[in-house]
Amino acid sequence: MNKFKESSFKIITYTASLFTIIILFGIIGSLFYGGIPIFNIVSIKEFLFNPAWHPTSDPPDFGILSLIIGSFLVTLGALIISIPLGLGSAIYISEIASARMREILKPIIELLAGIPSIVYGLFGVAFLSPFLIKIFNIPNGLNLFSASIILGIMVIPIISSMSEDALSTVPKNLREASLALGANKWETIIKIVLPAARSGVLTSIILGFGRAVGETMVVLMIAGGAAQIPKGIFQPVRPMPASVAAEMGETVVGSSHFHALFGIAIVLFVITFISILITEFVVGRKMK
Amino acid sequence: MNKREIKAFLGVNFLRLFIIITLIFLIIFLYVIFSKGGKVLSWSFITESPRKFMTEGGIYPAIVGTFWLTVLSIGSALPLGVFTAIFITSYAKPFWLVRMVRVAINTLAGVPSIIYGLFGLTVFVRMFHFDVSILSGALTLGVLALPVIINASEEALRSVPKDFIEASLALGATERQTILKVILPTALPSILTGTIISIGRVAGETAPILFTAATFYTRKLPTSIMDEVMVLPYHIYALMTEGCHADKQVPIAYGTAVVLLILVLLISTVAIIIRYRIRKKRKW
Repeated sequence: MNKFKESSFKIITYTASLFTIIILFGIIGSLFYGGIPIFNIVSIKEFLFNPAWHPTSDPPDFGILSLIIGSFLVTLGALIISIPLGLGSAIYISEIASARMREILKPIIELLAGIPSIVYGLFGVAFLSPFLIKIFNIPNGLNLFSASIILGIMVIPIISSMSEDALSTVPKNLREASLALGANKWETIIKIVLPAARSGVLTSIILGFGRAVGETMVVLMIAGGAAQIPKGIFQPVRPMPASVAAEMGETVVGSSHFHALFGIAIVLFVITFISILITEFVVGRKMK
Repeated sequence: MNKREIKAFLGVNFLRLFIIITLIFLIIFLYVIFSKGGKVLSWSFITESPRKFMTEGGIYPAIVGTFWLTVLSIGSALPLGVFTAIFITSYAKPFWLVRMVRVAINTLAGVPSIIYGLFGLTVFVRMFHFDVSILSGALTLGVLALPVIINASEEALRSVPKDFIEASLALGATERQTILKVILPTALPSILTGTIISIGRVAGETAPILFTAATFYTRKLPTSIMDEVMVLPYHIYALMTEGCHADKQVPIAYGTAVVLLILVLLISTVAIIIRYRIRKKRKW
C-alpha cells in the first residue's frame, strides 16, 4: 500500500513535468500548423524579403520585410535608451548607493517591472504622443521614436534588476584588492567589477532584447501601424507582434492572410528562441 | 584634481544622472496616470456597468472578468508548477528529462505573450472548442504563468536546508512523506510569494486574451466559464482604439488604468512584504 502511494506520487510529479514539455511542443506545433500553409502560396524567401505587406488587396502581397525591420528598429531604439539607463542604475545601486538608499531603490525598480504593458500603451497614446507633436512640431506622435521610448522604459527594470544581481555576486575581495592597489572607485567599477559580471550583464541585455522584440500592446498602440520601411525616426512602423494582434481579429480563419499571420509568429518565435539559446549556451558557458 | 580624479568624478555622476533620469520617468508616468485617472475614480465607477457604448458608467464587469481569469489561471497553473518543481528538485531522474524540462521552462519564459495568444486560439478556442471564453483565456494565462511559478517554487524548494530532509529520512519517513510533510510546508511561504508575483503578471496581460477571452462591450456579468468577458487591460485597449467619443473614453481609460495599477502594485507590494518577513523570521 505504502509503496503504491510512493510510486503514484512520483508519477504525478513526472506527469506534471511532462506537461511543460507538451505545452512547449503544443506552442511550436500550433504555430507551424497555422503557419506552414502560407509557404504553399509564397516562398520562404519572398515571405521574408519582400517589403510589400498588403494581405487584403487583390492579389495580396505577403512580404514581411518591412515588419521585421520595424521590429528591429523599435527594439534597437528601446535598447539604446534602456542599456545606459538600466545598466547605469544597476551600477549605481550596487556600487555607489548607501545601504539605505539601496533598500529604497531596489523595490522601486521591482515595482517598475510590474506595471502592465497596456498602461504604458495608454500613457504613450494619451500623453507622450500629443507631447511629442507639440515639442517637435511633427504631424503624428505615434511613430518609431515614441514606441522606442516607451519600450525602452519598459525594458529598464529587466536590465537593471538582472545586472544588479550579477554585479552583487562579484566577490568583495576583488573590489578591495583593486582599491588597495590605488585604483579609485570609477576605475574599480569599469576595469574590475563590470568585466567580472559581464556574462550576467550580457544575459540581462539579451533578455531585454527578447522582451522588446516580443512586446505587443505597446507597439500595437504606439508604433503608428504603417507597414513600411521608415525613412526617419518620426515615421510610423508596424512591428511583427502589432501586425499579428491587429489583424488576427479581422481575418477569416483558414484564409491565406490567417496563415500569413501565423507565419509572422513563427519568425517571431525563432528570433526569441535564438536569443534564449544564446543566453543558455554562449553566455552560460562563459560563466563557468 | 588630476585627470584620473576628473574621470572618476564624471563617471560616478553620470551613473547618478542615469538613475535620476529613470526615476524621473517613473514619477512623470505615475503622476500622469494617477492625476488623470483619479478624477474619474469613484465608488460608482468600480461598482456600475458601462453605459452608452462605454462613454459613461463604470467598469464593474471588467473587474469581475479580471478576477475570474486570474483565479482560474493561477488555480490551474499552481499545482502543475509545484509538482514540476518537486520533480526537478527531489526526484531529478532521469537526467535527460530534467534537462528537457529545464529547456522547456526557459523557452516558455521567453516566448512573447502574443504567441501564447495564438497557442490559446489554436488549441483551446478551436481544437477543444472552448470558443472565446473565460475557460480558454484562463488556461492560456495559466500556461503563461507556469514558468514563473515553476522557477519560484524551485528556488523555494531548494532553499530548504539539507539537514531537514536528512533528519526526516533518518527518522524513517519515505521520500513522499518527506516532500509533503517537511519540504513543502517549509517552502510554502516562498512558493506563495512567487505565486503572488505571477498573479500581478497575469492580471495585467492583454495580448494572450485578445482572441481567447476578451470582449469589447457587454453589460451583463459572466454566468459560466464558457462566457466571454470584459477584462481590465483589454478594456483600456478597447477604450483607446474603438468607438468614436475619444473625449469621453480617454478619461475612463485613465480611470481603468488606475484601478489596474493599484491592483497590480498592491499585489506585488504584498509579495515584497511577505518575502521580507519570511527572510527576517527564518532561523536557518
